[in-house]
Amino acid sequence: MPDSPAVAPQFTSASHRDETAELGMWVFIATEVLLFGGLLLAYFVYRHAYPQGFVTGSRHTEIVIGTANTAILLTSSFLVAWAVEIFSAETRRLTAGLLTGAICLGLAFILLKGIEYHREYDEHLVPGIDFRFTGSLANGVQLFFIFYFIATAIHALHMIIGIGLLAVLALLCRAAPSTRRRAALHSVALYWHFVDIVWIFLFALIYLPGRSAS
Amino acid sequence: MTEPNYLTADYTLRSWFFTTDHKRIAILYFASLTMFFFIGGAAATAMRIELATPQADLVSDDIYNRLFTMHGIIMVWFFLIPSIPNTLGNFIVPLMIGARDLAFPRLNLMSWYIFMLGGSVTLFAILAGGIDTGWTFYTPFATLYSNSYVMVAAAGVFIAGFSSILTGLNFIVTIHRLRAPGLTWYRLPLFLWSLYATSVILVLATPVLAITLVLIAVERFFGVGFFDPRIGGDPLLFQHLFWFYSHPAVYIMILPGMGVINELVSCFSRKQVFGYKFVAWASLAIAALGFLVWGHHMFVTGQSLLASLVFSFMSFVVAVPSAIKVFNWTATLHKGSLRFDAPMLYALAFIGLFTIGGLTGLFLACLAFDVHATDTYFVVAHFHYIMVGGMVTAYFGGLHYWWPKITGRLYSEYWARAAAILIFLGFNLTFFPQFVLGAEGMPRRYHVYPPEFQVWNVLSSGGATILAAAYLLPLFYLGYSVFFGARAPANPWDAPGLEWQTSSPPPEHNFDVQPVVTRAPYQYSRKFEAKPQNA
Repeated sequence: MPDSPAVAPQFTSASHRDETAELGMWVFIATEVLLFGGLLLAYFVYRHAYPQGFVTGSRHTEIVIGTANTAILLTSSFLVAWAVEIFSAETRRLTAGLLTGAICLGLAFILLKGIEYHREYDEHLVPGIDFRFTGSLANGVQLFFIFYFIATAIHALHMIIGIGLLAVLALLCRAAPSTRRRAALHSVALYWHFVDIVWIFLFALIYLPGRSAS
Repeated sequence: MTEPNYLTADYTLRSWFFTTDHKRIAILYFASLTMFFFIGGAAATAMRIELATPQADLVSDDIYNRLFTMHGIIMVWFFLIPSIPNTLGNFIVPLMIGARDLAFPRLNLMSWYIFMLGGSVTLFAILAGGIDTGWTFYTPFATLYSNSYVMVAAAGVFIAGFSSILTGLNFIVTIHRLRAPGLTWYRLPLFLWSLYATSVILVLATPVLAITLVLIAVERFFGVGFFDPRIGGDPLLFQHLFWFYSHPAVYIMILPGMGVINELVSCFSRKQVFGYKFVAWASLAIAALGFLVWGHHMFVTGQSLLASLVFSFMSFVVAVPSAIKVFNWTATLHKGSLRFDAPMLYALAFIGLFTIGGLTGLFLACLAFDVHATDTYFVVAHFHYIMVGGMVTAYFGGLHYWWPKITGRLYSEYWARAAAILIFLGFNLTFFPQFVLGAEGMPRRYHVYPPEFQVWNVLSSGGATILAAAYLLPLFYLGYSVFFGARAPANPWDAPGLEWQTSSPPPEHNFDVQPVVTRAPYQYSRKFEAKPQNA
């Protein structure tokens, strides 16, 4: 696979450039960890304060869709990892195909998320827009759903950005494979896996509380 | 005709606004920050004029709220946080490490555009009518009650946060990956250690502010949210999240200043920085410990006594690395061959003012005293000694020190010294009386006060006049030097750092030959024969 001809003057070689780019992505992921960290802190504070409310809220979530989405996202991460592993000039079609598969799964995730939001709207569980839940647990349930919507919306935004990046890379890798593209693919894959890991945390925190009791 | 430098390489607007040269981006930041500094300063001036008399005579209480909010937001996010990193840091970091540019030059330019977008949105909020929450956006006032442009201002700060993150990311990666051959970590000038520590905080703390502002926006927009006490939400959670960012942000604002002081003190004492490794690791220690002290802003909020005790203890601990630095600078001065050029005057002012600011910070870390002093002018005086006495002084010191390198011109030493001395005097006259006012119980953020406080307020307002005039002076003599100043030699201070081994101003590509570093930094000698870091 050809090195791209010109290396920006601050780098000594193509590999120097590519390793630097990857470090940049790791630092960016560190930023993202703290972004979601602030949100998770709020979750734990209120789950501690309103344990019953959070369990009740959790049991109103769509666990089938949530579980399906977890499987979808893990599969897409697998496809991306596969694409990174095999990417070379000879396998560029397969690489693009794998990335397209990951993109489709990502879109399926967003679609299912939309259906899930719609069902919650029908059940009057959207704080600030239409929230009707009475009883002593109403506050805890409402705080739970505030977390649910903010966290999943921010996660979905990350997914959409990731899908866009994967789409660009699928086109680029297919058109002109190079070591530089491989480095870019590597960095975007890191980002995609990170978004995946965030979802695994969200899945456990949103869908699972209280499920084992009955 | 000599070969063109980075300033003369191209004259088109396009070559400035689409540049990826770190030196030109530093100039873009410098121009923008100067504008924001004077906007924020204008708000402070209006406040000090109002406070000259006990009654309200210039502005109403509502306008006063908007003035101090505007002053805080502009100064914190649009001047202090980007000040040294984005101007001097952008310019000097690649030169100091012998690199052609930062690791991600386009990201660097994008960061400036994001910064300007955030700044414009915030300025719009101010022009549209302002914000009355204070720079801290405390809930539930900011989310449920305030009838001002909270959303717009929060959006501006949120956007500017991305600029901070990208700058921090760029510096971390650059310092890791782009050092010249032979430039090991312990050969890095200490300015780079402190910028590295700053960048770690920028990258790890700013996202927490971002998510907190998102939570504020959601709550304001939908009328229901995490901090809403009506549904059992906890407004104090906001304060925890906010200070988890904003206390480390204090170190974002002071660490780069400390870094500059290392360069100045060693250069104008003609000596190595005493205890290099301690100073280097003190920067990282401050960055790490700074994340564990936020609760000292909340001693009177009713948080548990145990939490308060731990935060109080940690606040004492974080003072240790700062004290190490002050002692080491003093030891560097000891038996040095001192020169009192303008940058050195700023450095000496920094050491004194930072010490006062730091020691009064320890007062405030004491639970009992803090309960007495919370939300009084004692706190205002304390953090202005750090932010203005410390950071702004270091900014001016660094600006004068590197001015010949940046512009290729020499400024008037006479006027520069005069300005440094005036700033020092004006600053102390402005803020020292505020310690007294605070100790006597005058609360902050009020535009009227009992007549017995007037003497100290008049002193403070008088000092502010001197300070404002002194801050305007550099605008004239530095501006004059750009056009009429004598040409600067490559190394006017006889300093050993790599940035002084290339011409002034540097060529677009920084170095004609890739420097290879063979020495530790700060190899000064008394006879003006400093040994450059490269062979």
